[in-house]
Amino acid sequence: MRTHRVDVLVVGGGAAGMAAAASAGGEGARTLLVEEGSRLGGVLDQCIHPGFGLHRYREELTGPEFAARLVAELAGVEVWTGQSLLEVEPERPRARAVGTAGAVEIAAQAVVWATGARERPLGALRVPGARPAGIFVAGLAQRLVNIHGLLPGRRALVVGSGDIGLIMARRLHLEGVEVMGVVEIRPYPGGLLRNVIQCLDDFGIPLLLSHTVVEVHGRGRLSGVTLAEVDETGAPRPDTARFVAADTLLVSVGLVPEVEGIPFAPRDPTTGGLAVTSRLQAAVPWLFAAGNCLAPFDLVDTVAALGARAGTAAARYARRELSPAPAVAIGRGPGVAALVPSSLVPGEEATLYLRASRPLARAWVAVGAGIVGRTVHGVRPAEMIGVRLSPEETEALARAGNATVEVIPA
Amino acid sequence: MASNAKRARRRVAVIGAGVVGALIARELSRYGGEVFLFEREVDVGWGVTKANSAIVHAGFHEQPGTASGRLCVAGNALFPEVCRELGVPFQRIGAYVLALADGERAAVEDLRARGEELGVPGLALLDGDEVRRRLPHVNPDVVAALWAPTVGITEPWALALAAVENAVDNGVALHLGEEVTGVAVEGGRVRAVTTGWGTYGVGAVVNAAGLAADRIAALAGVPVPRITPRRGEYLLLVDVPPSLRPAVLFPVPTPHSKGILVVPTVDGGLLLGPTAADLAPEEGEATETTAEGLARALAGARRLVPALPVGNVVKAFAGLRPEPAGGDFWLGRTGVRGFYQAAGMRSPGLTAAPAIARGLAAEIACDLGLALRPSFSPLRRPPPRVAGLPPAEWDALIARDPRYGRIVCRCNRVTEGEIVEAIRRGARTVDGVKFRTRAGFGRCQGGTCTDRVLALLARETGRDPEEVSVQGPGSALVVGRVR
Ligand SMILES: Cc1cc2nc3c(=O)[nH]c(=O)nc-3n(C[C@H](O)[C@H](O)[C@H](O)COP(=O)(O)OP(=O)(O)OC[C@H]3O[C@@H](n4cnc5c(N)ncnc54)[C@H](O)[C@@H]3O)c2cc1C
Ligand SMILES: Cc1cc2nc3c(=O)[nH]c(=O)nc-3n(C[C@H](O)[C@H](O)[C@H](O)COP(=O)(O)OP(=O)(O)OC[C@H]3O[C@@H](n4cnc5c(N)ncnc54)[C@H](O)[C@@H]3O)c2cc1C
Repeated sequence: MRTHRVDVLVVGGGAAGMAAAASAGGEGARTLLVEEGSRLGGVLDQCIHPGFGLHRYREELTGPEFAARLVAELAGVEVWTGQSLLEVEPERPRARAVGTAGAVEIAAQAVVWATGARERPLGALRVPGARPAGIFVAGLAQRLVNIHGLLPGRRALVVGSGDIGLIMARRLHLEGVEVMGVVEIRPYPGGLLRNVIQCLDDFGIPLLLSHTVVEVHGRGRLSGVTLAEVDETGAPRPDTARFVAADTLLVSVGLVPEVEGIPFAPRDPTTGGLAVTSRLQAAVPWLFAAGNCLAPFDLVDTVAALGARAGTAAARYARRELSPAPAVAIGRGPGVAALVPSSLVPGEEATLYLRASRPLARAWVAVGAGIVGRTVHGVRPAEMIGVRLSPEETEALARAGNATVEVIPA
Repeated sequence: MASNAKRARRRVAVIGAGVVGALIARELSRYGGEVFLFEREVDVGWGVTKANSAIVHAGFHEQPGTASGRLCVAGNALFPEVCRELGVPFQRIGAYVLALADGERAAVEDLRARGEELGVPGLALLDGDEVRRRLPHVNPDVVAALWAPTVGITEPWALALAAVENAVDNGVALHLGEEVTGVAVEGGRVRAVTTGWGTYGVGAVVNAAGLAADRIAALAGVPVPRITPRRGEYLLLVDVPPSLRPAVLFPVPTPHSKGILVVPTVDGGLLLGPTAADLAPEEGEATETTAEGLARALAGARRLVPALPVGNVVKAFAGLRPEPAGGDFWLGRTGVRGFYQAAGMRSPGLTAAPAIARGLAAEIACDLGLALRPSFSPLRRPPPRVAGLPPAEWDALIARDPRYGRIVCRCNRVTEGEIVEAIRRGARTVDGVKFRTRAGFGRCQGGTCTDRVLALLARETGRDPEEVSVQGPGSALVVGRVR
């Protein structure tokens, strides 16, 4: 097997990986970016709608346009597409990849993990009934439509109001598919408010909050589903059950970080993603991570910013400039549904990204029992809240030995 | 004409390409004579064979003196050889029957006594402490267990597919998508079978039609009671840590079934189930799951293993046991000469299948006067599989065909080369590719690779994507083009 030597290996060529590779390369590190697909972009490639890059480029771009900007920043980075990273050794930054030219061993000084997330399948919800053709996770339907030019069905229902589901409801509507509605078990939408307005309201597509799919029908192809309202505990109310005829069910019920390639690296129990410090460094010191493999992010600008940070840190680690530092665990207090990172390095700047567990008009985000506090307006679980901490604040939290985050109604 | 009739008398029609019919066709291909294998689905193994516990039972659950008991023990003994010849996964991981209360101790002892009477090798009774030592993850209330080292796990549909491939290599004519609608009997002897495509003169008919076997028997005028579909619901977990899947776990059986089990799969998952609920005879296609069934499957499994990683559930499904009235298999000769039963294949039908096939083929060969064919080869060349292949061998494969370096299914590490090979060997549908390669069987359940599998199926078979189905007619994956 050939051995290829680099300073920084970046795994995954989506927004996070490209931004990481660009910044590691910009630091002067010999950088290799490995992507399994035939081209770079990751999920951006299939998102032909506008709404990307308002922060990073101060322009509203489509997904492929945003990806093209990042590709242009990769000067000096070695890029391998059509190459899958198979495994990384637990003891040292050595990895094995495979492609049509065979297997390659990659010896690096540091690795940035940026493999994104997969969609949760319907089966994970244990919805009873049949399993006919016509059930698609929303991102798969998005690729069929936007990349392959194929229509998944004629009469569709969307379960789960995550952003992909909302965007696909509109996309199918525009393609002449009858979209019966978007079903959401929670009393509030799972996606961004702007997507609820621009994808559903503007086209008269109903959003059925506090509803769920209780049974799937059809042999061969889907014939319909039974919907029901749910009570406060999320349990379906049998008296509200009704049948909706449809040949297509799009499933948008969450993303799961894809971290199976590095089973030795501890995961964050609340996000399921890789556990990292505020440097985006894993428990294994040569491993860094960014993007949806930490937790599903709503905005690509955030993902790219994390990628850049991880790439810089990895390059510095490869140059032996990143001295080891103890990190303080970040606790998840009431009101917090998900939080990145898992721990803070005292005396360094850090950004916390968190999702609240319910919508609030005004909230007080408190860290360390009020050592740090921020007021946030219009809190929505769909939108990540960013809390930037100064070096003094992280130092103070470490000294107090308490970095628990709470979201309190205010 | 006379020679045609003579030829027809040496012809055998096997109805149903489940694991039973597939293995029978393969065994028949050892002999001279012609074999037709009719299957109404567009692929092999899509009946009972695709949704069951996939356990190669030891036999101790059966009653001494029954065909199912004798053939289960004999089939278990044949499994290693058959799976080796055909290149099918088989892992003899053993099983424990757990007694979780003092009142269940007697049941476990009874199973051992039954098993020993049937000749099941290696059975041992363990006390609670020994079980807790061996299986730290099981319910700590365990008071005793029966250990059965010959129990194994396999992939039933893979066995059916491989057996058919080998049978076809040995001259069997496979007729997929062809439903048998008539069996002609004259003078107390079978003469022909009729399908939607034509009539075939035959000297023997084997009824291996699974849940439809009662209807096939009726076509031939063989009086049989009806088959009751008994539904079993399951939850499938993927990527389960090895510490949670050392062996098959059974509770003590109920009068109705073997109970709800925790069963490792050959590719690192766990099956929880099955439940047991009798349906009406006409509900032979009712493979829907129910809320109560899934809840019962989970509760039953948690009784054995309290801490199951339910977050790893990716799928719920149900299978239908073809429960014969009388409780035992329907096997062999009937009142109609030339009409043979291989039906009523309740559990342990999968386990018994190799032994049933061997015995029945010999019986038919004897009745029709067929001699062994020296050119028969029991070996199938298994398709390459990159998952688990040593790096140097994988590299050599890629050097021969670069498509083996292009991963399509990341969850189960399946390459384009393997998918193309599956299509070459007969996959025509998305499920056909899935059951042959495991692409789409993993943690994302096809969310990442289904569009690429579709594109490969369309490309390799020269069809438009709209013409590709998930599981045969009426199950198109996509319905048209965007405008
Ligand atoms: C449908 C949809 C709509 C969105 N809409 C918007 C929007 O309007 N505005 C906005 O700002 N944000 C939006 N987002 C969010 C944002 O785009 C994503 O969070 C971001 O693009 C994720 O980037 P990533 O690099 O973490 O992951 P991905 O883009 O998923 O990239 C991961 C890459 O890693 C590769 N990979 C994985 N495993 C391996 C391996 N073993 N070897 C090699 N390569 C591997 C994959 O092939 C993939 O290319 C949207 C997201 C989705 C899914
Ligand atoms: C829930 C459950 C759990 C089980 N667990 C186990 C286990 O762990 N171990 C074990 O040993 N056994 C087990 N079994 C039993 C085992 O699965 C069956 O005995 C075995 O799969 C039966 O195979 P078969 O070929 O007889 O039936 P099938 O696989 O159903 O094959 C019959 C075929 O005939 C075809 N057919 C029907 N009518 C016609 C027609 N008119 N023309 C042409 N084709 C026709 C059907 O399409 C079908 O493909 C279980 C069964 C169930 C349901």
